[in-house]
Amino acid sequence: MRVNFTVNGRQQEADDVWEGESLLYVLRERMGLPGSKNACEQGECGSCTVRLDGVPVCSCLVAAGQAEGREVVTVEGLADFAKQRAEHGGCASGACGSEQGTSLQDAKQWQAKGTDSQTGEGGELSPVQQAFIDAGAVQCGFCTPGLLVAADELLERNESPSDADIREALSGNLCRCTGYEKILDAVRLAAARQGEAV
Amino acid sequence: MAGTKTTTGAPTDVTQKHNKGGIGESTLRPDGTLKVTGEFAYSSDMWHEDMLWGQTLRSTVAHAEIVSIDTAEALAMDGVYAVLTYDDLPAEMKNYGLEIQDTPVLAHGKVRHHGEPVALVAADHPETARRAAAKIKIEYKELPVITDEASALAPDAVLVHEGRDDEYIKWVSHPNIVHNQPIIRGDAEEAAKKADFVVKGEYTFGMQDQAFLGPESGLAVPSEDGGVDLYVATQWLHSDLEQIAPVLGLPEEKVRMTLSGVGGAFGGREDISMQIHACLLALRTGKPVKIVYNRFESFFGHVHRHPAKLYYEHGATKDGKLTHMKCKIVLDGGAYASASPAVVGNASSLSAGPYVIDNVDIEAVALYTNNPPCGAMRGFGAVQACFAYEAQMDKLADKVGMDRVEFRQLNAMEQGTLLPTGQPVDSPAPVAEILRRVKARPLPPERQWEIADGDADVRELPGGLSNTTHGEGVVRGVGYAVGIKNVGFSEGFDDYSTAKVRMEVINGEAVATVHTAMAEVGQGGITVHAQIARTELGVQQVTIHPADTQVGSAGSTSASRQTYVTGGAVKNSCELVREKVLEIGRRKYGSYHPAWATAELLLEGGKVVTDGGEALADLAELLEDETVEIEAEWRHRPTVAFDKRTGQGNGHVQYSFAAHRAVVEVDTELGLVKVIELATAQDVGKALNPLSVVGQIQGGTTQGLGVAVMEEIVVDPKTAKVRNPSFTDYLIPTILDTPTIPVDVLELADPNAPYGLRGMGEAPTLSSTPAVLAAIRNATGLELNKTPVRPEHLTGT
Repeated sequence: MRVNFTVNGRQQEADDVWEGESLLYVLRERMGLPGSKNACEQGECGSCTVRLDGVPVCSCLVAAGQAEGREVVTVEGLADFAKQRAEHGGCASGACGSEQGTSLQDAKQWQAKGTDSQTGEGGELSPVQQAFIDAGAVQCGFCTPGLLVAADELLERNESPSDADIREALSGNLCRCTGYEKILDAVRLAAARQGEAV
Repeated sequence: MAGTKTTTGAPTDVTQKHNKGGIGESTLRPDGTLKVTGEFAYSSDMWHEDMLWGQTLRSTVAHAEIVSIDTAEALAMDGVYAVLTYDDLPAEMKNYGLEIQDTPVLAHGKVRHHGEPVALVAADHPETARRAAAKIKIEYKELPVITDEASALAPDAVLVHEGRDDEYIKWVSHPNIVHNQPIIRGDAEEAAKKADFVVKGEYTFGMQDQAFLGPESGLAVPSEDGGVDLYVATQWLHSDLEQIAPVLGLPEEKVRMTLSGVGGAFGGREDISMQIHACLLALRTGKPVKIVYNRFESFFGHVHRHPAKLYYEHGATKDGKLTHMKCKIVLDGGAYASASPAVVGNASSLSAGPYVIDNVDIEAVALYTNNPPCGAMRGFGAVQACFAYEAQMDKLADKVGMDRVEFRQLNAMEQGTLLPTGQPVDSPAPVAEILRRVKARPLPPERQWEIADGDADVRELPGGLSNTTHGEGVVRGVGYAVGIKNVGFSEGFDDYSTAKVRMEVINGEAVATVHTAMAEVGQGGITVHAQIARTELGVQQVTIHPADTQVGSAGSTSASRQTYVTGGAVKNSCELVREKVLEIGRRKYGSYHPAWATAELLLEGGKVVTDGGEALADLAELLEDETVEIEAEWRHRPTVAFDKRTGQGNGHVQYSFAAHRAVVEVDTELGLVKVIELATAQDVGKALNPLSVVGQIQGGTTQGLGVAVMEEIVVDPKTAKVRNPSFTDYLIPTILDTPTIPVDVLELADPNAPYGLRGMGEAPTLSSTPAVLAAIRNATGLELNKTPVRPEHLTGT
């Protein structure tokens, strides 16, 4: 079958999709977007978390066909998504009332610029991405994309979350390396920086 | 290239030099941006035009003869390119293994555990490959299963491996024992007579899974020369290569391995998983083959932490001094040896813990059974022992009538203490001090769940949002534990590492490139390599070359060894490069300044400077278009094997110490545990990257918490089949299960190690588990001799 949907602001078309394929498989293997991760493929770990019409979902549990006509944001589009949101008054997803798709029409697919996280050069990271690097919340990094999408969504709806709020929002995302302390630090840091910027 | 030079690890100075971004700073990960943008290429992200997908068919029973395999229907399916069984293996060598080559690439005539690979399929879509694998018909004739010590060692027991001829067989009393290691020092029997108090205990440690998030995966690409290029996530490229090439029937130079992004490891990638299978399919089909396990298969795709039964006896005088210790540690190695012999060595030699005990009688064994194979996992034998001896310490302190921490401090090891093996601990051993630090920390406030109006924030309570209590039936407990872990490969293993370092001028700036085969699995080794190069070479820009087999071995990313050994190799190669650079400088500028001949010269801030800080030359001008490159091996000081009968010998390189204090709250009615805080103190010798060090400690602590209260691979004792191979049924701690983890880092230099550092990745996993257990015992008054603790153990239901 053919699936048409929007990924990171771009209209995409996937051909010859077998009906049993997940959205995760189509993103990773057919769209060239392997950023969403395949840690469990059973909806337990959150590493494949994407926004589907603004709602965070495990893309491994979404049949590709269910994405037909809908908007997907993956970690690859997160920086631009956050930028659009900042420029358009706090909502880039279309899920919070603005007209669907319009705010994303200009969104360009993410491009890597610079690889030295120390300098912050490249400047294309979203606040939550930068905070994960700065706080030491990334070790192996396999949980990171899903956590970033989930944390970004938390900060979109709650500008100054308590620790209990952060824990609740990220409880569907497993991390095996960090013990979560530095992930909490990163979300607190992103929230604080967001607060300063306003 | 200046050729390969070998050096041994002589004592080095521990002064820190002052180059920006050098050692001691929390520089950020060079792969951080790639990892937060989704661009970092993990082994499961590999893609190749025209690539096929490989699928493994695994045994559905634990122990059986294979009567027949019929692949015809699978082969006939559209989209299927190859189906392989044992009969298709191309070389004489058909087994592999880390220490004993006892593991068949594909089962031959017999399967020995649930989930053993029997056949392989390559197809043009992963679902086609799965369906084809399901069409393969295998007829099994089931055999009795060996599942524990009693069934393994019965006189008429079925042998898991017949006709053993490995190096360990002659020292064991039964062919179903992989390896045993007795350790005898002093006279435990005689010393026991002097004990005023004796405690005995029997402890059970469950089978833990590494549960790294990035599943086993990789891509094999056949090449025109008949060889294969393999991109894979592993912990040790060269060890894989030594096992892969012989079963492919290829010389090692025709199997070119490159490390792909590794999504965590924790010991679970020391053994071969899909490497050989992908290569076999690629070579058979002439097409690139990708294999990616799903989580279900991953539970069968790697070895686990050995479950163990531990029998301990300790004695003490009435003033609290330990008199003796006897123990027997029985590790279940499962169907294949993997790292079992080395795990036995660790478990036995560290079984007394960080205490002064002059009289010991120790034996550790690993069994062959039909349970899932077990091998390396963070802590490697020392974890199981620590769980047991720390429970013993609490019991004995109570009998003596001493405070549990003071009792430990009274008996704590110090520098100079002899291990059970007779080996002196010849660097700082601040065991009493780390205990003092965790104890001195203020306790978290009681009843944290209370909010305004007498209501409760259930998120702060056991059971959480399940809203099972508002504080009724909830009791608090506090527990302490401390542990000792060895660093590096022990028992005489030639534990070297190789680093190639290059210095050259690019765009008018002196820059360095570091090339090693070290597996970066998330720990941050590459961050540290760049820091070392900056410190030693005075450059800012350091490029980390991808890890591959085009450079010498870096050894394994395990045993807390990489910063020590490959870090040491990078430091050593940098020093050799620096010498060459200074030689060039002397040749060019020697006549201009007497310091070239007389002073100790350093490289700092892109310049050659005297130890007094006077700049002599700019590195870029000095080098011009010259490139200095050196590849050299580096070794830590040698160790020896333990005596097979007495266990005596200087078998270890270095030690790492951590202590934990756990605070828990237990809903005694439902048996639910919430860990409130897990404070820790650890000596790391020198924190090369403090941010990463704390991250390692918190991560290791959390894995210890997991096996304390939730993590266990459950194996059916009747069938030896795994009951919970999924993240639905095998639970690892979420952010809601994990408490605040305050970390106190000590830096007492080990004069034998580069920069004085200590390997530090594993120690936090040891004491975390017994501290949580002690806290739960403290809260409930229950004995709790098994980990993980489950609700039914607390409620008695």
